[in-house]
Amino acid sequence: MTVYDVIVIGAGVTGSAVARELSRRQGRFLVAERASDVCEGTSKANSAIVHAGFDAEPGTLKAKMNVRGNQLMDQIAQELDVPFSRVGAFVVCLREEEMPKLEELYQRGLKNGVPDLELLTGDEAKALEPNLTDEVCGALWARTSGIVCPFALTLGLAESAAKNGVEFSFDTAVTGLEQIPEGWLVKTNQGDFAARAVVNAAGVYADDVHNWVCGEKLSITPRKGEYCLLDKTAGCHVGRTIFQLPGKYGKGVLVSPTIHGNLLVGPTAVDDPDREDTATTAAGIADLTEKAALSVKNVPMRQVITSFMGLRAHEAGEDFVLGESAEGFFDAAGIESPGLTSAPAIGEYLAGLIGEKLGLEDKPDFDPIRKGVPHLAAMSPEERAEKIAENPAYGNIICRCEEVSEGEILDAIHGILGARTLDGVKRRTRAGMGRCQAGFCSPRVMDLLCRELNMDLTQVRKNGGDSQIVLEKTRG
Amino acid sequence: MRIQHDLVIIGGGPAGLAAAISARENGVEDVLVLEREKELGGILNQCIHNGFGLHTFQEELTGPEYAARYIEKAKALSIPYRLSTTVVDLEPSGDGVLVTSVSREEGLVQIQAKAAVLAMGCRERPRGALNIPGTRPAGIFSAGTAQRLVNMEGYLPGKRVVILGSGDIGLIMARRMTLEGAKVLCVAELMPYSGGLKRNIVQCLNDYGIPLKLSHTVVDIQGKERVTGVTIAAVDEKLKPIPGTEEHFDCDTLLLSVGLIPENELSRQVGVQLSPVTNGPKVNESLETNLPGVFACGNVLHVHDLVDYVSEEAVQAGRNAARYLLEGRSPEQKEIPLTVAGAVRYTVPCTLSPQRMEAETVVRFRVGRNLRDALVRVTADGKELLRRKRPVMAPGEMEQVKLKREWFTGQEKEIVVEALEAKEAQ
Repeated sequence: MTVYDVIVIGAGVTGSAVARELSRRQGRFLVAERASDVCEGTSKANSAIVHAGFDAEPGTLKAKMNVRGNQLMDQIAQELDVPFSRVGAFVVCLREEEMPKLEELYQRGLKNGVPDLELLTGDEAKALEPNLTDEVCGALWARTSGIVCPFALTLGLAESAAKNGVEFSFDTAVTGLEQIPEGWLVKTNQGDFAARAVVNAAGVYADDVHNWVCGEKLSITPRKGEYCLLDKTAGCHVGRTIFQLPGKYGKGVLVSPTIHGNLLVGPTAVDDPDREDTATTAAGIADLTEKAALSVKNVPMRQVITSFMGLRAHEAGEDFVLGESAEGFFDAAGIESPGLTSAPAIGEYLAGLIGEKLGLEDKPDFDPIRKGVPHLAAMSPEERAEKIAENPAYGNIICRCEEVSEGEILDAIHGILGARTLDGVKRRTRAGMGRCQAGFCSPRVMDLLCRELNMDLTQVRKNGGDSQIVLEKTRG
Repeated sequence: MRIQHDLVIIGGGPAGLAAAISARENGVEDVLVLEREKELGGILNQCIHNGFGLHTFQEELTGPEYAARYIEKAKALSIPYRLSTTVVDLEPSGDGVLVTSVSREEGLVQIQAKAAVLAMGCRERPRGALNIPGTRPAGIFSAGTAQRLVNMEGYLPGKRVVILGSGDIGLIMARRMTLEGAKVLCVAELMPYSGGLKRNIVQCLNDYGIPLKLSHTVVDIQGKERVTGVTIAAVDEKLKPIPGTEEHFDCDTLLLSVGLIPENELSRQVGVQLSPVTNGPKVNESLETNLPGVFACGNVLHVHDLVDYVSEEAVQAGRNAARYLLEGRSPEQKEIPLTVAGAVRYTVPCTLSPQRMEAETVVRFRVGRNLRDALVRVTADGKELLRRKRPVMAPGEMEQVKLKREWFTGQEKEIVVEALEAKEAQ
């Protein structure tokens, strides 16, 4: 049996970040993912915010990783072709008597080493964000807060890892771990794999994986967050991410532009032990609508194009669990907010520990650059004309709403970790993410998947498993 | 590549084709039709059921047959068109507009057009816009997408089906899926009335024993990978689900026919003013938008019930575009606003100029509720111009009245279009 140096369990943003950092070193690495693609869990359903780092208690791993992750993001975004913008964030205070809490947050930010923080009066905040409600009486302005495409970040990290030699095995659910002389036997539904070290980046299941091998138990309770995504016509309603003063269940409901120009409203926060339940609820949507209205007025909720639910992997100890929890077993567990921001830092930290432990040498030919699928709609007419001249498939528009061409979809299918499903194409190109929510383009994307991957239409899936889209041929 | 044309028509469906033919027949030589699909005909190509053309041709045609009449005519007139060509940008430029299109064959092309007709049609309202709670598995389709999968691709999207919304496409698909061997369990409609044509309710639901549940909505969708069931519930007058009325259906598919939205992203880009009621451009009696030389017709202007009226409207738009090109921009005219009263939700056009209007102009509108023993009344500054009795009026059916130029002096301040039940008129 091949013995990998490291097997990473989970191809979310954390697992992918660890894999990419490992790929700077020499060795044989594998990422085992139970879904059919990267970015199928919490990484695809979150606030898409690069947090500044003032929330977490000073001294915690959350604080450390958040601030470091935020620092790393410019370079990561540049190297991996990830849409990212430091639009800044306001934490708004809605009641005079809570102003001391805002001050406390500011002080905490300073302690955590967050740069460019500023306290604003209500009027100053409203001058910069005219859609804040009249109740806003003060704000903490974090200029280093940003918005990012979580799909592109996860894909970028994973594809960069793959480009530098990391293997990925999809539809591979890890079912157990067994200690062997070489290290660990990783049992999966696709057979067993051996590795000198294992990284647990299993998201909402990271406690299960941890508890298989560690005496000191973890307990993750998914904290559900529902969101509404609004049409691009609502994207300019606020220019920055608007948070409310955090409460017991996290940072509260935010209103934020997204990196692609939509408006995002959410999340709610409800603890629920069911780790598969990502169903949205009428109560949740009503709750987030009501809460958003406290800080931002006239949020055009009639412009909602989709709603979704994300599961935060909330661990009972309230902090990230990072490091070697058993011999050769490394945890990246309890990665809830600010997990997306922290991913690059967690990758750097864990790969450092593992590299040292296993004595992995640096890889001299590591290539940090990864290019995503080009986005023609964002190009100037001249650039776009040139690109179409190079490859006429870029001139054939498949997704009307997001203006995604056949060429872009072919790039997504034939990329290094190529898309195999409708959702896979969507996350790589945005085809189907627009206002019609794939009504027009899904049959055409399905045709392309069939043609390029030599499948029948009945084999095309939305996102793996039994998510078949058409069932059989018609009688005609 | 940068080229010039007198008239560019965006969209080669029923509206665009009829507008192109009409413009050519009214003297415009240089017309170009841009169509994003591989064929002309627009959404009619997937509407293989019959019932099209009763008004226009006094025949029952299928969608493709209806489209073929116009495609053949356009070809006979040698009207140039480009297929698989998507307009990606529209901006005001000089006295006209700059149309940027992309295609496989010609790459990126910029067309300086003296006039344009917007004929982009409409799209279906997706699940997300309704905030239906539940999971997001495969098996949720808008009715038109399902129609394309069945009629164009030849595949069945599901076998046990619940349909939300009783728009015409949903009704048509209830029958179509049944004929393909699927079991359609029910059609749930949020409103106390159907949004579709009466004839479709009879021919597509009643004839197949498919129950129509008015004042019902979907309150939950189940299934992680593929839909496994949906729950519907009755709603109260405020359209809120009533607890205790939930009914569960085991099914693998949910079809949505919950409204059509005119596709006006390009219109918005170029600065065309839109009506919040129709989501289409505000136009005058010539179907001209606030941008001189930019006309609109068909479902991009307002959602029609019958394609026959789309064609009729498009003929008018093409004729007016021709007049604009041949006679030049009309001098500033006094525009009389059309306003609505009673059950009327909107009118197309929104304004009227007696100086500019043709001898007769059609005003199209819809009502917002069912009316029995109804009365349609048009008044100008309180003076009654027209009064029509209508036995029934329904939101699903488009209405029209014809106004004559001779009725107006040009000094009117306001024209009111009103519909109400005769008993309300007392």
